[in-house]
Amino acid sequence: MAKGRYGEFGGQYVPETLMHELHRLEDAYEYYKKDPQFRKELHDLFCNYANRPSLLYYAEKMTKDLGGAKIYLKREDLNHTGSHKINNVLGQTLLAKKMGKTRIIAETGAGQHGVAAATGAALLDMECEVFMGVKDTERQALNVYRMELLGAKVHPVTTGTGTLKDAVNEAMRNWTTRVDDTAYVIGSVMGPHPYPMMVRDFQSIISKEAREQILKTEGKLPDAVLACVGGGSNAMGMFYNFIPDKEVKLIGCEAAGRGVNTAQTAATIATGKYGVFHGMKSYFCQNKYGQIAPVYSISAGLDYPGIGPEHAYLYETGRAQYVPITDDEAVDAFEYLARTEGIICAIESAHAVAYARKLAPTMRKDQSMIICLSGRGDKDVAAMARYRGRNVTE
Amino acid sequence: MNRIGKAFEHGKAFIGFLTAGDPSLEKTEEFALEMARAGCDLIEIGIPFSDPIAEGPVIQEADLRSLSAGTTTDGVFRMAADLRRKTDVPLVFMTYYNPVFSYGNEKFFANCRESGIDGIIVPDLPFEEKGEITEVAAKNGIQVISMIAPTSQERIRMIAKESEGFLYVVSSLGVTGVRTKIETDLSAILKIVRESTDTPAAVGFGISTPEQAEKIGRTADGVIVGSAIVKLIAKYGTNAGKYVYDYVKSMKDALKRI
Repeated sequence: MAKGRYGEFGGQYVPETLMHELHRLEDAYEYYKKDPQFRKELHDLFCNYANRPSLLYYAEKMTKDLGGAKIYLKREDLNHTGSHKINNVLGQTLLAKKMGKTRIIAETGAGQHGVAAATGAALLDMECEVFMGVKDTERQALNVYRMELLGAKVHPVTTGTGTLKDAVNEAMRNWTTRVDDTAYVIGSVMGPHPYPMMVRDFQSIISKEAREQILKTEGKLPDAVLACVGGGSNAMGMFYNFIPDKEVKLIGCEAAGRGVNTAQTAATIATGKYGVFHGMKSYFCQNKYGQIAPVYSISAGLDYPGIGPEHAYLYETGRAQYVPITDDEAVDAFEYLARTEGIICAIESAHAVAYARKLAPTMRKDQSMIICLSGRGDKDVAAMARYRGRNVTE
Repeated sequence: MNRIGKAFEHGKAFIGFLTAGDPSLEKTEEFALEMARAGCDLIEIGIPFSDPIAEGPVIQEADLRSLSAGTTTDGVFRMAADLRRKTDVPLVFMTYYNPVFSYGNEKFFANCRESGIDGIIVPDLPFEEKGEITEVAAKNGIQVISMIAPTSQERIRMIAKESEGFLYVVSSLGVTGVRTKIETDLSAILKIVRESTDTPAAVGFGISTPEQAEKIGRTADGVIVGSAIVKLIAKYGTNAGKYVYDYVKSMKDALKRI
């Protein structure tokens, strides 16, 4: 496969102004990922700051209730800052520091990546500016304040649809004005090469741990691995070390919003088509003329019109399957997990829990599955209450 | 028989940009003809895109106005074909790769040829990715315009050597839009360009005044202006024709003084 490509997918479709810097980043990453000192520092940050390794928790009550496969939860929600996003942020921010950068910028949807970026920047003494769609700053006002508390500056993005894709546009534009001192810390396995590879590598710690943990507990590999997919970083991290294990089913759960037959959806594999956007060739929700479609999901973190190129490749080669989960199913699963296991997960992760509820009963009791619980749900509690008609203010 | 070379035969070239369909395709045609009448040597027609990542706010807003008005790629082709029947000015499309790719490269470039388009600029197809379109563009006689940025450094020679039509030299870091000051050492970039190719080099991004045009025209083969023209169209709407004419004339006059 060509460098930076996953089959036909991937590439570097960005303005010339960024090309020199992308090559620099690629060289630096290739160097530091093999550098024992860098690896040691990142490992220390993971273990002593981010709370790794994360637990592989046997969800016994859920397993019994569903009556099929044994269900394990990979508890990324227990990481510092409350989601898997910190894994990637620590990796990229440490790399930026080694490259002599003094400022990082990031895009964010719900604010989980923005909060993680602000956290990494605070810890590693970097300036941090976060681009966030104006609609998301309103929906997630608490996270805006959280980022400010951590010393970051938040820019509400008013262009376009004022959501995640516009935040990415604006972060890319900002990066072209200050490539010298600034690193763009992309939050998902998307964008131009080397981002999809680099973010995947930093997130692959999830499946590295999970694979060892389940072999230790069950003595065999799981039959299925599930994760929610927007851009797809927790899913890529959860899938990666299981890709060579052909007997392990890889299942990505997309946000169908109000349904894949409506315009209010963000399910890229189910409703998108082949295209080129945000630096990569992949699948995108778009109209007949290639204009990027406004997308919708109850989950701001999955509210993105594209999917990382490696997912597109896993889909096209049949190695992974992608299933749409509606808002209703996700909210039900959010409540179900809280009641059954006493775990309030992120509404993003609830999409994977929702599919597990359909899948587990169809499997045998001697089979097992792992769900990546990518984040915790504190940020979603008020929105879930509103979804159920209760007006709760934060 | 490509017309782009002709743009550089009348002294320093003035290259003007406008977004197709802002405020309507009929008006785009009218404004383009005004630009040609005022001495514009080459016209860039922007096919609007929902997410133009290389553009500043002025052109972003024009793209959204145009798309909201219902502009489609098919409509832009029809307008271009009409325009071509009325003028011989070189016409170059500027758009992002997704509208081209999704239309289908074969069909898109065949339509370019049939509409009398001479070239294309795709800001998100850098040197490494231009292979996506070079063959199909060449087959249809459409020249692919390459860009050089202040950060290009060791990439300048490589890009210049494979250039055709003209080279679009980006004056500053960042996105399109009016700037009061341009600080890049353009003469150093242009020197390397000239050592590597005979392709003419025009400078764009941030240029809006006759003084800037005259200054940059002393070192470059032409200047490219987008946001300043689009701003006039945003301000005067359907009546922008004469303002566009006067503005383009003032810019071309400044270049004639060199």
